[in-house]
Amino acid sequence: MADNIKETNDIELKKAAVSENDDDATEFEVDEETLRDNSSVWKAFTEGVEKEKHQKEIKAEMDKIKMSKKKGQPMKGVDWIKFAVLMVLAILFIVPILLVLMNSFKGKLYVSNNPFELPNSESFVGIDNYIGGMQDIGFVSAFINTLIITVFSVGILVLATAMCAWYIVRVKKWYTKLMYLLFACSMIVPFQMVMYPMSYVANTIKISSIIKMFDSNFVMPEFLAQPENILNIIVMYLGFGAGLSVFMFAGFVKSVPVEIEEAAMIDGCGPIKTFFMIDLPIMKPSAITVAILNAMWIWNDYLLPTLILPNDEKSRTLPMAIQYLRGGYGSIDMAKMMAMLVLAIIPIIIFYFAAQKYIIKGVVAGAVKG
Amino acid sequence: MDKVIKKHFALFALPTLLAFTLAFLIPFGMGVYLSFCKFKTVNNAKFIGINNYARAFSDSNFINALKFTALFTIVSVVTINIIAFIFAMLLTKSIKGTNGFRTVFFMPNLIGGIVLGYIWNMIINGILLPFNATITTDATYGFWGLVVLMNWQMIGYMMIIYISGIQNISPDLLEAAEIDGATIWQKLIHVTFPQIMPSITICLFLTLTNSFRLFDQNYALTAGAPGKETQMLALDIYNTFYGRVGWQGVGQAKAVVFSIIVAAIALTQLYLTRSKEVES
Repeated sequence: MADNIKETNDIELKKAAVSENDDDATEFEVDEETLRDNSSVWKAFTEGVEKEKHQKEIKAEMDKIKMSKKKGQPMKGVDWIKFAVLMVLAILFIVPILLVLMNSFKGKLYVSNNPFELPNSESFVGIDNYIGGMQDIGFVSAFINTLIITVFSVGILVLATAMCAWYIVRVKKWYTKLMYLLFACSMIVPFQMVMYPMSYVANTIKISSIIKMFDSNFVMPEFLAQPENILNIIVMYLGFGAGLSVFMFAGFVKSVPVEIEEAAMIDGCGPIKTFFMIDLPIMKPSAITVAILNAMWIWNDYLLPTLILPNDEKSRTLPMAIQYLRGGYGSIDMAKMMAMLVLAIIPIIIFYFAAQKYIIKGVVAGAVKG
Repeated sequence: MDKVIKKHFALFALPTLLAFTLAFLIPFGMGVYLSFCKFKTVNNAKFIGINNYARAFSDSNFINALKFTALFTIVSVVTINIIAFIFAMLLTKSIKGTNGFRTVFFMPNLIGGIVLGYIWNMIINGILLPFNATITTDATYGFWGLVVLMNWQMIGYMMIIYISGIQNISPDLLEAAEIDGATIWQKLIHVTFPQIMPSITICLFLTLTNSFRLFDQNYALTAGAPGKETQMLALDIYNTFYGRVGWQGVGQAKAVVFSIIVAAIALTQLYLTRSKEVES
């Protein structure tokens, strides 16, 4: 019965809302439709046919009513001014990217002499810049390198730091406290501080031999073009990313009740099984945040790969390849540059639109905790 | 339970710790030591005391970079935060298409520094074209170019943090202020600002540290030209290491000074703004 009362109340509320906005014709139509829908739902409900199913439907309808009420509020005068201002700002924000796109189809001279002019029959060169630029910098291999490095680094980083953070939080000993402190401190140190010795360490040690100490059966994965370098860079990213990632995971693990794990262990799970079956699934939201923050960093990173990877066509990452276009002083082909910038931005925009909700949430969560 | 988990140190904590040691702890220790040494490669380092620091501070490039970085940081922190806050105020009210606007404003933040640098290099050169100048003609152009670039990149990000802060203010507070006859300004200063202090702390921290440590954008936009006038600290350190033979020790000393400045700024700022945060 309570549901019915709620329902009628809502319809009445809706009516009130409608009479308020009746200057808006389309709004009114939609509302009438919802009302009609509601009454049919209501009939079915009283008849007791497929009770549960309709209850769900009613809920959905009520949600719809609430939604349309929210959306239906017309903007007032001041709001329109704000809207117009925001619109202008939004256009200003997009213009730089559109300019790059536009210039990527123009000849070299026209980019530097008339950058704000639309391509015309004289300046239009089709996709010449794209083809030439891709050949000059070895775009395909740079793209694949960046993708491999980003995917493997982020995957390993998320798993390893999640495990490490769990260990640090659950085992309360002096050395775990020290580790936590060191991880936290490392976040503030600028890269330039460790840049030079780090590139020495990275170029001296052989990561594969360290791994072989633990696992004598280890063989280099064959699909990598330059396995030793890629392995090096993944380890460096794990080390540099560890600070922020462990810090964020640890903050989350602290909020996970130990009782769940104890119950699992009483049921016969070892620590390894407990972590992978119980904790890891709970840590998923944090893992997404950590993954996004690190993916953005590693994909765009310029300095670290420059110091570790050799600067030849088959080893470069995307930011390195773009910087390579600059060449010697003053000899920069801006048309090819524009085309390569477009190719560099496209994957980011696709990624952004595919995971926009997680990205904005993740970045804000990262900022608040970091 | 502790004891059971403790045994699995090698599996859970060791991989990260090992990588952290290789990538950070060892280089950090070496870096501090090397800043007191003369060396061409790490293997032939000779201890020479504070000589490197003396040379760093008498290097006009370093002092110039320090001034440029400080000025840039102040200007960009102020502009980014004010503009981002205005954007946030515009967007939290009943505006249509809020999500669309947010998406657009946030997008530049995802683009990498090198790409950003070249985008604005092209645009600013285009704007200066009628005046027969390029971005490297005068350090002022490079400076403001970098400020505009940084604003374009960071405003959307900061805006979203401010929005989440503004949305957390209880409407009762604003209503009460309104009933008491507070003007828009009074409400802003006495209600909104104290309430969003945590957001301000985060935004100031992020803009401060990101502006001060800026490298990629600076490198791609002007690479320090004209001369070394638009060179920021991070770029100056990079050039000292890899551009000047026999200056590696000085580069490392500069890096130590740089780290100390960054840490000092960040911690002071956190302390100052945290102390102004109110319990809500």
